[in-house]
Amino acid sequence: MKAFNLLLGTACMASIALAQAAETLTVATVNNADMIRMQRLSKTFEQQNPDIKLNWVVLEENVLRQRLTTDIATQGGQFDVLTIGMYEASLWGDKGWLAPMTDLPDDYDLDDVFPSVREGLSVDGTLYALPFYAESSMTYYRTDLFEQAGLQMPEHPTWTQMAEFAEKLHKPGEDQYGICLRGKAGWGENMALVTTVANAFGARWFDEKWQTEFDGPEWTKAAKFYVDLLSRYGPPGASSNGFNENLALFNSGKCAMWVDATVAGSFVTDESQSKVADKVGFTFAPQETTDKGSAWLYSWALAIPTSSQQKDAAKTFTAWATSKDYAKLVAETDGVANVPPGTRESTYNEQYMAAAPFAEITLESLKQADPASPSAKPVPYVGIQLVTIPEFQAIGTQVGKMFSAALTGQMPVEQMLTAVQQSTTREMKRAGYPK
Amino acid sequence: MLTLKQSRRLNTLVVGLFAWAVALLLFFPIFWMLLTSLKTEIDAFATPPQFIFTPTLENYLHIQDRSGYFKYAWNSVTISFGATALGMLIAIPAAYSMAFCETKRTKGTLLWMLSTKMLPPVGVLVPIYLLAKQFGLLDSRAVLIIIYTLINLPILVWMIYTYFKDIPRDILEAARMDGATLLQEMLRVLLPISKGGLASTMLLSLILCWNEAFWSLNLTSSNAAPLTALIASYSSPEGLFWAKLSAVSTLACAPILIFGWISQKQLVRGLSFGAVK
Amino acid sequence: MATTTTALPKAPASNASPQPAERRRPRLAPSWFLVSPSVVLLLLWMLVPLAMTLYFSLVRYNLLYPGEKDFVGLENFHYFLTDAGFIPGMTNTLILVGSVLLISVVLGVLISALLEAADFAGRGIVRVLLISPFFIMPTVSALVWKNLIYHPVSGILAAVWKFFGTQPVDWLAQHPLASIVIIVSWQWLPFAILILMTAMQSLDQEQKEAARLDGAGPIAIFWHLTLPHLARPIAVVVMIETIFLLSVFAEIFTTTSGGPGYASTNLAYLIYNQALLQFDVGMASAGGLIAVVIANIAAIILVRMLGKNLTEKY
Repeated sequence: MKAFNLLLGTACMASIALAQAAETLTVATVNNADMIRMQRLSKTFEQQNPDIKLNWVVLEENVLRQRLTTDIATQGGQFDVLTIGMYEASLWGDKGWLAPMTDLPDDYDLDDVFPSVREGLSVDGTLYALPFYAESSMTYYRTDLFEQAGLQMPEHPTWTQMAEFAEKLHKPGEDQYGICLRGKAGWGENMALVTTVANAFGARWFDEKWQTEFDGPEWTKAAKFYVDLLSRYGPPGASSNGFNENLALFNSGKCAMWVDATVAGSFVTDESQSKVADKVGFTFAPQETTDKGSAWLYSWALAIPTSSQQKDAAKTFTAWATSKDYAKLVAETDGVANVPPGTRESTYNEQYMAAAPFAEITLESLKQADPASPSAKPVPYVGIQLVTIPEFQAIGTQVGKMFSAALTGQMPVEQMLTAVQQSTTREMKRAGYPK
Repeated sequence: MLTLKQSRRLNTLVVGLFAWAVALLLFFPIFWMLLTSLKTEIDAFATPPQFIFTPTLENYLHIQDRSGYFKYAWNSVTISFGATALGMLIAIPAAYSMAFCETKRTKGTLLWMLSTKMLPPVGVLVPIYLLAKQFGLLDSRAVLIIIYTLINLPILVWMIYTYFKDIPRDILEAARMDGATLLQEMLRVLLPISKGGLASTMLLSLILCWNEAFWSLNLTSSNAAPLTALIASYSSPEGLFWAKLSAVSTLACAPILIFGWISQKQLVRGLSFGAVK
Repeated sequence: MATTTTALPKAPASNASPQPAERRRPRLAPSWFLVSPSVVLLLLWMLVPLAMTLYFSLVRYNLLYPGEKDFVGLENFHYFLTDAGFIPGMTNTLILVGSVLLISVVLGVLISALLEAADFAGRGIVRVLLISPFFIMPTVSALVWKNLIYHPVSGILAAVWKFFGTQPVDWLAQHPLASIVIIVSWQWLPFAILILMTAMQSLDQEQKEAARLDGAGPIAIFWHLTLPHLARPIAVVVMIETIFLLSVFAEIFTTTSGGPGYASTNLAYLIYNQALLQFDVGMASAGGLIAVVIANIAAIILVRMLGKNLTEKY
């Protein structure tokens, strides 16, 4: 009898344990260094939460975006946690495809997150994604080369000044290029930078009636300047250089100046990957006639699709990965300079500011970025280096390819702008704008 | 004046030199990829490109640590072999009847089969995705096996058909006159004769399945992801990872490459057209 | 044994004895039964997605606005055909397919001839090296070529150019289509070599000897004896390669993304642009159907040209 009871008891215990078997979350993310770090450190999360297991799908940004959009639009249900940007968060949250981020753990401290970042990820006041890191853009320059040439980098340089510096610092024979800028075609690649240049020159993507102004004076000036600057004082093959390529060039000492995402700050000062780690200076992204929209705002955030079957577990994970505890964990294991930047006020404490020379400019740039007012002229859209409408991906990429073509000398800038004007107008008309 | 023997030797030497030069040139990119996988990241991006450096296995270790190679490799293996087996099972009978019982409609059917390959996969992504979702087949190896079988079927049928056509009917007639049934005829006579051709068709199917990068990326997420997905997770990251990329590429291509090297003798023997005696 | 002194001997006649007509009839029943699984499957595979594609091509369906599915007739087709990238896409597709076919067949024949010309040391290894590129994933090849070879700062070609004192060429930016043709040819040349090499091995050595004894030079032998024998394998190579070359996608996606401008966009990439970048399923479906039509036209032309060689024995 006793043996039988024991057996029964054991069976019950076993079945209870089985009933509480691990939930498996499928997490989709980009293969950026910070995300890969998150993947590595998530083993700690799994230890703390033994009933949640994580499966990772890591892809390159464009492929990930395409994959996620296909899945979420068909309600495929393949993923439980998505890594998306402000662009998708706004669009998909609006369509009700994302679960609202309510009922967060008490110690999450949502007020610690920067308002502009929170805004960018919300629709009508409801937050649809938790920010993992946020970035703006800034100028990186080689302090040693500037000193050698007797030049001084002002705190708020203009693009004209940058051109002057580039001319003096361009020594292709010595594998030294005046300035490195994005040239690779893509709405998130070269167009992010080109748009900030255009904004700085006072241009905008669409006027209040959703008409484009590519053949207007501001865009013409900005486009000519960009193409001229990069083709004369940039590295060879600039038209296929995106963030990665430019980072590699800067890290191997080939660029005198570089204007790009603030996240590069921790990479260019990392001795294990940068040959010039101790020779980097930081300042704001260049402006020209205005400083509005001269630095972009972007954030990678974690969201939960409504088609997920494990929303609670997913919420636990997303809250953990974007929490202060996670930041502490990164600081302990990888050094405080590698904490995911740009999302929380608490990140920018004394220790961080001391360890990360780029932190101050990043912080200021993030605070000044205002997606609701990205240009000197009024605009009907939200977004500094992008336009938050669904059609923008295609339009942006198309324009990006044209700029790339102009950069390689395949077509003169005016012709390119006319072509871009035509194709964009055509797209907008098909999409039914103005709506 | 050279003797005949000497001129033959010279001929061989010259031919040999040329052939080796061409082969090394053609193989160079693969060699370079292998070399780069053994460098550190800084070395990999160095100018001028370095042939001499301290080799390291850190890239391979990193990959295993971060992604776990074997799960992906196993998926690739099961999917490729599964689809090949299924494909051959369906294709051989079809090719048999097309080769030996040719009707007026045979040519047309063949061409129609080939034309099913003309639709770019991108165009049917959404319909297939919706279908897969409907049947609960998303992120399963089964769905890839089914799709690969279907997309390779035309090629398999057509290649096997070409081999079968070269086989003289007398041999089959002889077997049937000995009282063999259709199945026996096929198994005991046909397959051994066309062994080489079938082997090369199977190899082609394996290669096509192993390297297929569109459906494998779009229809799987974590459970059924094959090696092509592993490559995708390392390509063009933020921060250049050329050395790691080379390492993961080597890991992904090595199995099929080695398999191909081993079986290439079979292949060579089997691809002879019109030499069945 | 050479006995004639006239023209070069032709290939031996078919060794199948003529079948009496009566023998053929009983075979029809099993043939239908055997072929049908594959036919039925392919039919299903073709029809179901094809029907869906047809349906989608006639509506306006954008993934980002899944609720709206209004019927718009031929508007998608019209929009696709009038896209600025359509004509470049078509021309580039034809150039890509034609160039790769030319390179792989011509070089394939020459290299196979080289391999057969003499039994030199290490011929087996040379063979293995030559067929290796075919096993590499297209994405991997594209990445290796793009980053390690073509890159104008730290690629191998840049180093070679710099060694000779000239500015390195930015291959993918200045010669995008040509660069991609080279990558794709590199991948498919081994396939051609494989098929042609084995076909050459089956060439009757006796005939060759006979011709040589008759005083024919190596070039004449090649032209009149080897090439006709290779007609069928070449047809096989052309047929298979065309099918795959028409939908080259991974290489373009990884290297140039169809740019700069439309310089390296082919039809498959154009459809990708519509389908996935704009999430316009309607347009993608329309584009897919147009691609099928174009591909079928190309196939019919090809088969007309090569048909005899594909299905007949000699």
